Amino acid sequence: MSSRIDELLKNQVRQAAKDGRKFNIVGGGSKAWLGRDSDGETLDISQHSGIADYDPRELVITARAGTPLQIIEDTLAESGQMLAFEPPYFGEYATLGGTIACGLSGPRRPYAGSARDFVLGCKLLNGKGEIMRFGGQVMKNVAGYDVSRLMAGAYGTLGVLLELSLKVLPRPASSVTLCHESNPNDAIQLMSGLLSKPLPVDGSCYYKGQCYIRLSGSKQSVIDAQKKLPGEVLSLRSQFWERLREHELSFFDNDKPLWRIVVKPASKPLPLEGEWLLDWGGAQRWLSSDASVETIRKIAQQFGGYATLFRGADRTGEVFQPLAQPLQLLHQRLKTSFDPDAIFNPGRMYAEL
Amino acid sequence: MSQPTSDKKDHLIQAFRRLLPAEAVLSETEDLRPFECDGLSVYRRLPMLVVLPDSIEQVQSIMRICHEAKVPVVARGAGTGLSGGALPLENGVLLSLAKFKQILNIDPQNAMATVQPGVRNLAISEAAAAHNLYYAPDPSSQIACTIGGNVAENSGGVHCLKYGLTVHNILQLKIVTVEGELITIGGETLDSPGYDLLALMTGSEGMLGVIVEVTVKLLPTPERAQVVLAAFDDVAKAGEAVGAIIAAGIIPAGLEMMDKLAIQAAEDFVHAGYPRDAKAILLCELDGTNAEVSEQIMIVRDVLMESGATEVRTAKDETERQIFWKGRKSAFPAVGRISPDYYCMDGTIPRSQLPLVLRRMSEMSDEYNLPVANVFHAGDGNLHPLILFDANQPGELERTEEFGRRILELCVDVGGTITGEHGVGMEKIDQMCVQFQSAELSQFHAVKAAFDPEALLNPGKAVPTLHRCAEFGAMHVHKGQLPHPELERF
Repeated sequence: MSSRIDELLKNQVRQAAKDGRKFNIVGGGSKAWLGRDSDGETLDISQHSGIADYDPRELVITARAGTPLQIIEDTLAESGQMLAFEPPYFGEYATLGGTIACGLSGPRRPYAGSARDFVLGCKLLNGKGEIMRFGGQVMKNVAGYDVSRLMAGAYGTLGVLLELSLKVLPRPASSVTLCHESNPNDAIQLMSGLLSKPLPVDGSCYYKGQCYIRLSGSKQSVIDAQKKLPGEVLSLRSQFWERLREHELSFFDNDKPLWRIVVKPASKPLPLEGEWLLDWGGAQRWLSSDASVETIRKIAQQFGGYATLFRGADRTGEVFQPLAQPLQLLHQRLKTSFDPDAIFNPGRMYAEL
Repeated sequence: MSQPTSDKKDHLIQAFRRLLPAEAVLSETEDLRPFECDGLSVYRRLPMLVVLPDSIEQVQSIMRICHEAKVPVVARGAGTGLSGGALPLENGVLLSLAKFKQILNIDPQNAMATVQPGVRNLAISEAAAAHNLYYAPDPSSQIACTIGGNVAENSGGVHCLKYGLTVHNILQLKIVTVEGELITIGGETLDSPGYDLLALMTGSEGMLGVIVEVTVKLLPTPERAQVVLAAFDDVAKAGEAVGAIIAAGIIPAGLEMMDKLAIQAAEDFVHAGYPRDAKAILLCELDGTNAEVSEQIMIVRDVLMESGATEVRTAKDETERQIFWKGRKSAFPAVGRISPDYYCMDGTIPRSQLPLVLRRMSEMSDEYNLPVANVFHAGDGNLHPLILFDANQPGELERTEEFGRRILELCVDVGGTITGEHGVGMEKIDQMCVQFQSAELSQFHAVKAAFDPEALLNPGKAVPTLHRCAEFGAMHVHKGQLPHPELERF
């Protein structure tokens, strides 16, 4: 079944290369608004769906890229396992391929690792219409360059992901969220400090004067850790972390452009006007602001970080932080090495890719 | 490539001497000798020249000089690699990063450290210990191996299942390109804009750039670590137990397996208190909070007993924990005492295939009449079979290498890989033709060309040419199928 669809996609790509046509790769379309506007005919991979292999004892799941993320997570949950990077869906029809191509990770990222950290292997269709396999289904594999992790966050500009193998982990037995009143400085100090403490923390966030800390692990270890940290237990019904992950908290209900600013976690509050939400222990900061692109990028860089125009404003400009010259050249050469005719997602990431 | 003329060599010596002090440019045979091999000493070759810079600017100038003269460059850290990745080229310059030994910054607030590439792996954890932090990847050569080499090889260790490989534990690299340009990859942040070049650089075996600075992630030292030792009267039962521990929802910090020959060698060497009559032992390390470790020890003990362990022992204190580990960590030198030579393999397999692979290896051991001691990172399926041989016996090295090749091909056949953590280097270059098809190998070459269009960085390693695979395939028909059938045969 899959090989027939593989062949179809392969032929479509080979024909497009001949005809000079471009493709916009689409799974469930849940993240179409992310990145820059990109034209090109739709290359639909949603039919390319299904779990190919999953043995809980191996801690690995292999599925076709069009498989709905929900099906992956439901299947893992049945065996008490999970995708530990807590991927955002941003829509009902999110697929595995789109999740990895966009490389987004949820609140657990600083403690468990990112989407790319859990990629073990992939099947990829490059711009020459060649189907290739990189990595594999094992935890440790250093044969050849790490092409499969390179695909995470490449926004489909290097090729069409056909199949992915990801490492999975057991779900924690117990989880509790603590909430206390705080101010930005104190919250940053506490949250970033927790990154260096041997406590079972797997989420920390600050906004609107409240600091939220999630503890997960064995029941007793969560109870013990609770005694060492400030705050009242937050009801599970609040679904705080899911709503944070999906940008459904009231903070995100805003017409101003939404910026994602990544800095060293202990960085002091950045001197930028607007509303802030701090996630990832202070390492990922969301800013809702009308400040100019130049100002935001300049301040983010002064703090050793970078800024992405995540949602809203002009999607034809530089949405991602522009790259320094030698790096930009390297990106163009790499793009050409995978997709010489620039068929896939032209301009989705950077105008020149 | 043309043979180096003495003119070219003289020209380079002069150019390097203008740049570096006299003792940092080596050209006499006796001075070159210490650089002729890495940890895989069956491959030896003298470089044309060795240079030992101590600043990034010097590395940039060296690369510019070599680039202009079209001379290949092989970068080298401590030379502890096990795949011949740092094997010099006789017409090339060996660029030693040995003088880059400084820890530049430890930042406990942000749990990261910035170090020069020649800093030893263990030195990072030692320096971070004052802040109750450590650097997680711990290859067994960690006393000697350097972080630059760890990045180039994507080194692992015994804690990979829980804490990942080098790629999961670094944040930023500074590299000097083949043209001598300094670029920063990644950032002091959890991610950075653009393609994930950090992943691409890690494990690229010196083929894409020269690493001149590394920023690593540090982790909090766990509140408690405890190790459980279990003995088995059957290797297959030990293999089953590994899967059962994982199925119980536990991710051990380390899960190691040794077979009888390895147990006995280690026991004779360091007296770790291992049961000498066992067919296999498992060492299962659990770390985390006090409560978590206590709970997991109980679960693991039960699972091990149910899996048919003949004995289960928990280290009674930190001293005993260290002794249990000492046996495992000295397994390689211990085997070195009982055999004139040994050859260490490095395949990875899906854990479920462990019993089959062990049986097949035992059959091959009989077939080649060469004993094998098995040491595994069982938790992540990474095998280190040690083939015992005597290089002074005519034909034994060749038999050993063939046996080794067949083990790697077996790993590929069961869905695994030819190398889990040691790298391809020179050693496994032909087995790359078994694991990858032409399109993939061509893609690797295209990636290399994006960084190094004239193939001057460590050429001839890690990725075979299609021509080489065709020749290898002609000698070696795999499963009745000729690999790369589309290629002309020469």
